[in-house]
Amino acid sequence: MSSLRGKTAIVGAADSEIGVVPNMTATELCVQASMRALKDAGLQKNQIDGLITCNSMAQPIMYHAEAIAEYLQIFPRYCISVGTGGSTTFTTVHHAASAIATGMADVILITMADSLRSGLTRERAMLIQSASGHPEYEQPYGPTVPAYYALIGQAHAAKYGTTPEQFASIAVTCRRNAGLNPSAQMQDPISVEDVINSRMIADPLHLLDCSLVSDGGSAIIITSADRAKDFPHRPVYILGVGEGHGHEHISQAKDLTTSSAVESGKRAYEMSGLTAKDIDFAQLYDCFTPTVIVELEDLGFCPKGEGGAFAMSGEIALEGSLPINTHGGMLSHCHPGNPGSMFALTETVFQLRNSLPRARQIVNPEVALVHATGGIMSSHTSLIVGVEED
Amino acid sequence: MDKIQPIVTALSQPYWDGCSKGLLRLQYCPECRRHQFYPRILCSSCAHSDLEWVDVTGKGTIASFTIVSRAVSKAYQSPYVIALVDLDEGPRMMSSIVDIADKPVKIGSKVSVAFEQWSEEITMPVFRIL
Repeated sequence: MSSLRGKTAIVGAADSEIGVVPNMTATELCVQASMRALKDAGLQKNQIDGLITCNSMAQPIMYHAEAIAEYLQIFPRYCISVGTGGSTTFTTVHHAASAIATGMADVILITMADSLRSGLTRERAMLIQSASGHPEYEQPYGPTVPAYYALIGQAHAAKYGTTPEQFASIAVTCRRNAGLNPSAQMQDPISVEDVINSRMIADPLHLLDCSLVSDGGSAIIITSADRAKDFPHRPVYILGVGEGHGHEHISQAKDLTTSSAVESGKRAYEMSGLTAKDIDFAQLYDCFTPTVIVELEDLGFCPKGEGGAFAMSGEIALEGSLPINTHGGMLSHCHPGNPGSMFALTETVFQLRNSLPRARQIVNPEVALVHATGGIMSSHTSLIVGVEED
Repeated sequence: MDKIQPIVTALSQPYWDGCSKGLLRLQYCPECRRHQFYPRILCSSCAHSDLEWVDVTGKGTIASFTIVSRAVSKAYQSPYVIALVDLDEGPRMMSSIVDIADKPVKIGSKVSVAFEQWSEEITMPVFRIL
């Protein structure tokens, strides 16, 4: 089978209003993001022939993509909703690239939004999210989403000596980047001490080790590499994509400290012909600080077990060798649930277009890796994108 | 507000019946001689479909844990422990560690099963540090 390498490109990208948006429903945010992405790509809505969405928790719709198509009054020939938790974003990109390469569609809109902050009560949001646990053998014990991830953080600390300060440094890095992003939900600087002194949620995770609860949505438009050159902005080519699926429930994970990001990363690197050393910046899924440490290791940016030290070294800062989460990540920019990593992708597109304000624009980046994980470090998708087709 | 109740199925009934009697039971595959958790209609290793229910020791080791400070709902009294326990027979299960006042929870701590009434119908297996 021929490779998807360089066959498709992102030609439109936009975010909806984000943060706390009580006056808009999840569906409305999804549609707003869609229309903004179309505008960015210079397209009319009837020029879309493929639509991929992800369902919302606050306003679930049984056949979500079909309902969004109806709302927009578009009539695609390819229309599907995808759900792999947080890794949904890049799974949809994988599907879209495949659909374009096989001729199922020519121009695909990927759009998703949710309003976890305003569309649900705090209690309801917590119960819905913790329901990712096994209904018979996990949920009755009362685990929360932070608790599931705390099991990973605790195991990593016990096995590799990773410290609370090292976990905290991830949150500090993200906040520093968010301070340079006017649309970020949280912009005030924080220190390692602030993170460690924040309220304990589920040991070893403090409040500031946990991502935000937000409203918002985001959309991108993908087409073939051939067509991509005719769009107003510099295309961002999809050079490699890979998935890894290890488990759904954390009690069934083969390994608590090594994830299926190893497989997703390997597959993406192989397709792209690139290695971790070629990556100019990375956006790593940061629902909780320990996930970033595990991803830094499993994606080959540092040796296994040294993610904590690498995070503290300064290399992941904007001026370091591998800037991460340049928009502020889900820890500080926004996190409306499944669409959370879409913002990492739109940010990546803007970085590669060289179109961001100077303070957080990386100097002439060429290749980026974006990675997301869904469930409890369960499903992983890695995506490598760049400014050159080859 | 009630604690979250497991949704018991015909397949898992022997597990919950065991818990009600103070016995931890696992599925056992006579083909590959392996215990399995959670219950399935097949052995997830060799796909053998005729599995047995066997009583196990209820002894295990803490693989990881967290002390939850922010409870999932008002039905749960924080702080409480969520743990992954590696049973001596092999399988790993999520559970809670109880009576931790004078025995600190640690990865690697040996534990033994205990049972707590969750509702009129349901008794949940939890663990105590040995």
